[in-house]
Amino acid sequence: MTEKNRMNLATISKFREFGLLGFIVLLTIVIQFLNPAFLTLGNLTDLIKNTAILSILALGMMLVLITRGIDLSIGATLALSGMIAALTVSAYPDLHPLLAILIGILVGVVCGVVLGFLVSKVGILPIIASLGLMNAFRGLTFWVGGGEWISAYQMPSSFKNIATSSFLGINTLVIIAIIIFLYFYYFVNNTITGRQIYALGSNPDSAKISGINSHKIYMIVYTMMGGLSGLAGVLWVSKFASAQGNTASGYELTVIAACILGGVSINGGVGKVTGVLLGAVLLGVLDNGLPLIDVSPFWQMGIEGAIILVAVLFNTIVKKTVEKNNRLRRVI
Amino acid sequence: MSTRTINNTQEFSWKRFFLQWEWMLVALIIIIFLINSSISPYFLNYLSISDATMTFLDKAFIVFPMVMIMIMREIDISVGSTVALSSVVMASLYNAGLPMVLAIGACLLVGALCGFFNGFLLVKYRQLSAVIVTLSTMILYRGIAYMILEDQSAGEFPTWFSFFGWGYIGSVPFILVLFVVMAIGAVLLLQKTVFGRRVYAIGSNPTASRFSGVKVDKIKLIVFTLAGLMAAITAIFLTSRMGSTRPNVANMYELDVIAMVALGGISTAGGKGKMLGAILAVFVIGYLQYGLGLINIPAQMLLIIIGVLLIASVTVTNLRVKGKLQKKKSKKKVKKAS
Amino acid sequence: MKKFSLLSFLMLVLLTLLVACGGEETGSDEGNGDSDGGGDDAGERHAIIFKSTGNPFGEKLMEGFEDAITEAGDEAILRAPEQPTVEGQIQIIEELISQQVDSITVVGNDYDGLEPVLTKAKDRGIKVLSTDSAVNGNSRMVHVNQADPEAIGRIQIEAVAEMIDNEGQIAVLSATSQASNQNLWIEWMQKELEKSDYDNIELVEVAYGDDLRDKSVSETEALLQSYPDLKGIIAPTTVGIAAASKVITDKGLQGEVVVTGLGLPSEMAEYIENGVSPWMYLWNPIELGYLAGYTANMLVAEEITGEVGDTFEAGDLGSYEVTETEDGTEVLLGDPFRFDADNIDEWKDVY
Repeated sequence: MTEKNRMNLATISKFREFGLLGFIVLLTIVIQFLNPAFLTLGNLTDLIKNTAILSILALGMMLVLITRGIDLSIGATLALSGMIAALTVSAYPDLHPLLAILIGILVGVVCGVVLGFLVSKVGILPIIASLGLMNAFRGLTFWVGGGEWISAYQMPSSFKNIATSSFLGINTLVIIAIIIFLYFYYFVNNTITGRQIYALGSNPDSAKISGINSHKIYMIVYTMMGGLSGLAGVLWVSKFASAQGNTASGYELTVIAACILGGVSINGGVGKVTGVLLGAVLLGVLDNGLPLIDVSPFWQMGIEGAIILVAVLFNTIVKKTVEKNNRLRRVI
Repeated sequence: MSTRTINNTQEFSWKRFFLQWEWMLVALIIIIFLINSSISPYFLNYLSISDATMTFLDKAFIVFPMVMIMIMREIDISVGSTVALSSVVMASLYNAGLPMVLAIGACLLVGALCGFFNGFLLVKYRQLSAVIVTLSTMILYRGIAYMILEDQSAGEFPTWFSFFGWGYIGSVPFILVLFVVMAIGAVLLLQKTVFGRRVYAIGSNPTASRFSGVKVDKIKLIVFTLAGLMAAITAIFLTSRMGSTRPNVANMYELDVIAMVALGGISTAGGKGKMLGAILAVFVIGYLQYGLGLINIPAQMLLIIIGVLLIASVTVTNLRVKGKLQKKKSKKKVKKAS
Repeated sequence: MKKFSLLSFLMLVLLTLLVACGGEETGSDEGNGDSDGGGDDAGERHAIIFKSTGNPFGEKLMEGFEDAITEAGDEAILRAPEQPTVEGQIQIIEELISQQVDSITVVGNDYDGLEPVLTKAKDRGIKVLSTDSAVNGNSRMVHVNQADPEAIGRIQIEAVAEMIDNEGQIAVLSATSQASNQNLWIEWMQKELEKSDYDNIELVEVAYGDDLRDKSVSETEALLQSYPDLKGIIAPTTVGIAAASKVITDKGLQGEVVVTGLGLPSEMAEYIENGVSPWMYLWNPIELGYLAGYTANMLVAEEITGEVGDTFEAGDLGSYEVTETEDGTEVLLGDPFRFDADNIDEWKDVY
């Protein structure tokens, strides 16, 4: 029976991803019909480049959500690490860009460890702990920046090149996102820790009984999320060539929305790397496509909200129907 | 998180009574008052203390339903957008020629509908979590507000409308009077009625309460509708204070409200916490902000302080719960040994 | 016992934090002596409220304001909410009313939304003025304007016309659709475009980047995709102009698409030097703040009342006159300043 169950789950999630893919294709056709400039090489490059940072963050958030957690502090973590990295390179222009990235990741990891500690050891609920830290990190960002921005001319070109350079004709941002995607795909599917994350998320009590160290898993998940936010912070600052105190304010909700669209369940245990990627791409298509077709800027938000809601409901209804069918079949 | 204590069967003891979180909040308020009046000469006078309530009580109305929602292990992050949408609807209906009283009615109706829609989706599709539903509607409701008003602001209300946000009854701000009345009602509703007990029951064990005949769906629907309604009341006060409105008002209000509720000792793990705690927490955060504002502290410092306060206080609550459990266990052991 | 000591320890940490912050502030901002109010000759307190924290333009504006106030021997209070919201500004103004400050200078987040609270301030005898971004005529005694909105609008069209030789498509990338400043400037741009000199220039779209980096970038990219023949982008906002310039730089479109508008020299230095933006405009926020500080002082000293025809000397800046606008009165700082490759070096470190 467990075998059968697993198969059902697999078909459901596959169906869901195909549904999402179909939706993206449909949207693409509609936008293309309204503005032929959409499906051009130049625009698609822009689209993928702009989605890279979002998808990096969404992968980290997926793990957090799978453990029944949530992290509202990532926007602030991103801003803080971006600001600190920018301050560092403006003070030491000769610093190797890889070191700048490392500094950003380090700051992010520290932020993530603090949150992980609060969640796993102190036992504060993730939503509350990350809400508190969101305030604290955001305040710190303003404080270390001293109310100033770090502008393009203060950054060495080696630092700005992180986001604009390309390797084998592919933009570095995209390459980093692909590497992280491949790593995550391997990590969640083939490593013991990866499987333990799912086990903990789908049933925390039995996971503990079966000997999974939940503290360790929570620490890993939040630290990874922090590290990815730190990385994203450096990439963000390098991409836009400017670091501000209010960088990516409210971005956490976009990231969570990408995960939800990708079929990650807030109730834990469910979520696939490919799904999350599709979710991020869907948001990317909307962000890129809506300005291209002649939609009033005041309608963009409403349209986005409606699409997210429809996608969420569609997911649920499909899941319900599939489950019902399975149940019927089992009776026979 | 998976452990839960049942308090109501324990016998009364003064020590336990004074160790309650609510007393901690009262102490915190007193300390904040002491600090505020020592660091600013402008704090300790009646006008200051009463006018301060006008600045932070508007969003506090949402705290009442949010307490119930979080006790039921749910959350509602669409309330800020609901405030914006109902405010925008009220203003544009009034500007379209509807009498103000009817526009206010429409505002309440829109708010309640927004809340009802959240509750309906949650009840209809039980697999959906409240975070997902209210995150989607958060974007949707504000999006609709933008569709209605676009880049315009709407306002020029009749002069009596400013009474809500600025008026006094005698020398007490109207908003404070209404808040206290509603707070008493909310405490009674949650702590003394069958409805309140069911809310707790759902929070402690949703499946068990469903099987034991509690109408879980109905109660959820009522509470979420209430959240929308209270958001509309917030919208009335906020709009009255600004004298006009725009689609981008009340941004991130949900997070402020959740912070207040969390500080009040309500845990989203369900089933625990008291209405009174959250009400006290409103004043803790409100007067803390106001007092620090009186010495012109930079906004970023304020952010850090509130973040740290939130985490520290929740840490304390958690440690207390853990402590209690250990005590219980040791007591049991003692009993067995004797 | 253990839990109790832990609990008290945490409380202690909390309180130390509070007191520490409090103490620090009292030391720097609050005088000890004449604290219980009253508008005595010495020790007046003037407050300025910017749109939000962490904005370099605002920091410089407040710096200029503080200079003017401290020169006069008074105390300046610099405030800003954390997010650019009306609600945050209302709360700060209430706090300032409780502190019985002598004047409030506000950079409004909304044209109408501050009217009730500013009226309350005026009723309590506080002088109220606005600067940079105005509040409506009923809420203020006078507005200290950076430059005439008509001039700001027209000059940007003149600039872009010169850059593209009076021919081709142009687009506007603005801040939020609600920004009253920007909307007014765009209106004047459209009026300027009606002149026959500009018959060959077509304004194809007004896009909104919401002053967010990511949104401004994708809006710029969308403009470039939708209008392959686009010749120029006008962005009357710092985030927008820097984001647009960054996109043009990255795509290697220097010389094909020009960017101009209003931006901070520090943000734009890179793109003025690489030629993406031949020149752009802004006023000096330090001088604007300075003038606002002087005006606040004059209002409190009751040398002026904010009526049309009032004149006053503003330190190094020279003399100014209060003039009439469609809604209320204003003091005009001067024409916007042009930043180009020749002078950007000296300004990029200033603001």
